[in-house]
Amino acid sequence: MENKTDIKQYFINQFDEFEKSLNGEKSSDFHKVRKDAISKFAKLTFPTQKDEEWKYTNVSSLLKHNFSPVPVKENVSSETINKFLFDKMEHSLLVFVNGNFSSELSKLIDIPKGVVIGSLAEALKNNNPIVKKHLGKYAENDNYFFTTLSSAFTKDGAFIYVPDGKVVEDPIHIIFITKSGSEKILTQPRNLFVAGKNSEVTIIEHYVSDEDSIYFTNSVTEIVADENAIVDHIKLQEESNKAFHIARMEVDQERSSNFSSHLISHGAEISRNDFNAKFNDDGSECMLNGLFMIGDEQLFDAHTMIDHAKPHCNSHEHYKGILQDKSKGVFNGKVMVRQDAQKTNAFQQNNTILLSDDAVMNTKPQLEIFADDVKCSHGATIGKLNDEAKFYLKSRGIGEDAATAILIHAFASDVITSIKIPALRDYLEEIITKRFNQ
Amino acid sequence: MLLEINNLHANVEGNEILKGINLKVNAGEVHAIMGPNGSGKSTLASVLAGKEEYEVTEGEVLYNGKNLLELSTEDRAREGVFLAFQYPVEIPGVSNTNLLKTAVNEIRKYRGEEELDSMDFLSLLKEKSKLVELDQKFLSRAVNEGFSGGEKKRNEIFQMAVLNPKLSILDETDSGLDIDALRIVANGVNKLKTKENATIVVTHYQRLLDYIIPDFVHVLYKGKIVKSGGKELALELEEKGYDWVKSDKAEAVV
Repeated sequence: MENKTDIKQYFINQFDEFEKSLNGEKSSDFHKVRKDAISKFAKLTFPTQKDEEWKYTNVSSLLKHNFSPVPVKENVSSETINKFLFDKMEHSLLVFVNGNFSSELSKLIDIPKGVVIGSLAEALKNNNPIVKKHLGKYAENDNYFFTTLSSAFTKDGAFIYVPDGKVVEDPIHIIFITKSGSEKILTQPRNLFVAGKNSEVTIIEHYVSDEDSIYFTNSVTEIVADENAIVDHIKLQEESNKAFHIARMEVDQERSSNFSSHLISHGAEISRNDFNAKFNDDGSECMLNGLFMIGDEQLFDAHTMIDHAKPHCNSHEHYKGILQDKSKGVFNGKVMVRQDAQKTNAFQQNNTILLSDDAVMNTKPQLEIFADDVKCSHGATIGKLNDEAKFYLKSRGIGEDAATAILIHAFASDVITSIKIPALRDYLEEIITKRFNQ
Repeated sequence: MLLEINNLHANVEGNEILKGINLKVNAGEVHAIMGPNGSGKSTLASVLAGKEEYEVTEGEVLYNGKNLLELSTEDRAREGVFLAFQYPVEIPGVSNTNLLKTAVNEIRKYRGEEELDSMDFLSLLKEKSKLVELDQKFLSRAVNEGFSGGEKKRNEIFQMAVLNPKLSILDETDSGLDIDALRIVANGVNKLKTKENATIVVTHYQRLLDYIIPDFVHVLYKGKIVKSGGKELALELEEKGYDWVKSDKAEAVV
């Protein structure tokens, strides 16, 4: 068990098993994509701290386990799923159990005509032209070890397509639940969200487990916001505290589109998030907000990149972290303003509160500017809770724990209040209360 | 006796600021503590509230017969001690209502009482906010954030009204106020006065005492109370200035 595996050889061997599980599907056109990926994968090396992009994040503990990439069918009750729903919110729900779409647990409500909300496996089977056009075009394999792994084993995930001019009023809630039992499994959701011209959609990616087990989630999400589309994306990471969570999100923004993203993360032993957004045309806006709360020996890493390739775009990025115990946080936020990107407005900030002397935060806000008429700012703070404020609260009769909880709620509040779904805000406040006031 | 301070000495960062304070306060009384800048007025207020940077080196403080200095800041508040801050702290992201609701319920829990339900709590807030002419919209705003100087001080008295303390210490609540705000603040304090509670008004200026009439005036100088008297002492101070105390004190030492 403790022996470190040759992870590459292991997954290359597993690929044969995986192919067998695909049955007839391996003769499809798409299977070539998988095969290309596995041969590419064979040439890549597992990331170590010698790689600049992984300098503060040691993922070698992944090598201690043989995670099975062939999906294991498990049943999850609707009662279990109910634990992760937001109160009083009627919305469409997609549920994936161990990476497989579950039509029994999913439901669709008030979906406008032409809108597709469902499983990628289904769309692949039907040779969906939208999937063909977009899948894998933004999250390129390149040197991404884990993306390439995902490409090789692509099977299922959430697929949402909102055609031009369509508005999906209610948020779409996607739950990825892992139930691993005795087996250590790897699930690799591959998500594709395409919002056509002038369309609107809100999507919640929600990673959960109600067990304390060891498993590995490796997700890749590609999002296309076509001209003047409004896409609101929330990712909520509540994996088991022993799980590994590696995720990549690539966003392609066309003219005048508006994309906003919130990452709320408090689960997993190690979580790594690569979020990249690219402005392909003028006049767009992108918001990347994040809140991570970790304790024990958890590690959270966010690597973000906003690529201002075109003029007149605005970006706003604000990540906040609350670290307890011996946890470790990494923020590496890059804003690239290319030569063409005049009149760019870019704001980037990372604030972290350390609640323990043993917690560590590594933060690197980066601006690279090649245009001369832009407004950009960036900064980072790492500190403790404000003692003056705490004394003030105590002087009103509020005890140490309650005062700490109030100040943590307050610290997190600007990220939470910028989420537009009230039921989700309440859910998050509840998470904070549970975490810091019990 | 509500409060009894005996020979209180306190240090800040190794410097002795309070050098033997003696003071007795009964329920139903208003005491004014006056003194020039740096005499130790705010230090005394902070020590009574339990601020950690202040180290008590000698003496004792009895509150309702209990050793006040052994209680944590929050327990002092729960026992009925209230400090109106000279510089109220801004807490972005925490609403006034949230602060007060938590405070009221923590205090009630400490006293073995049931939590107030939301309706009762809101009507309590409504009633008390009128006392200091505080607009309802302040209730949902973040604590002191973006408040004017006058609004911050009114907010302190509003909190005092809601928490209903036995012993209130007003630390330079008048500083920087215009005459309208001063009147509103003083009015609030006067309305809250009962036979069961007591107020210590810490101030540099006599003017506040035109509105809040003290039963006793004490002059603090170099960490000691050098003069005590009735309300006329404040007027005398105003007329002759603090130099009078300083020279008097110098003579007394000689």
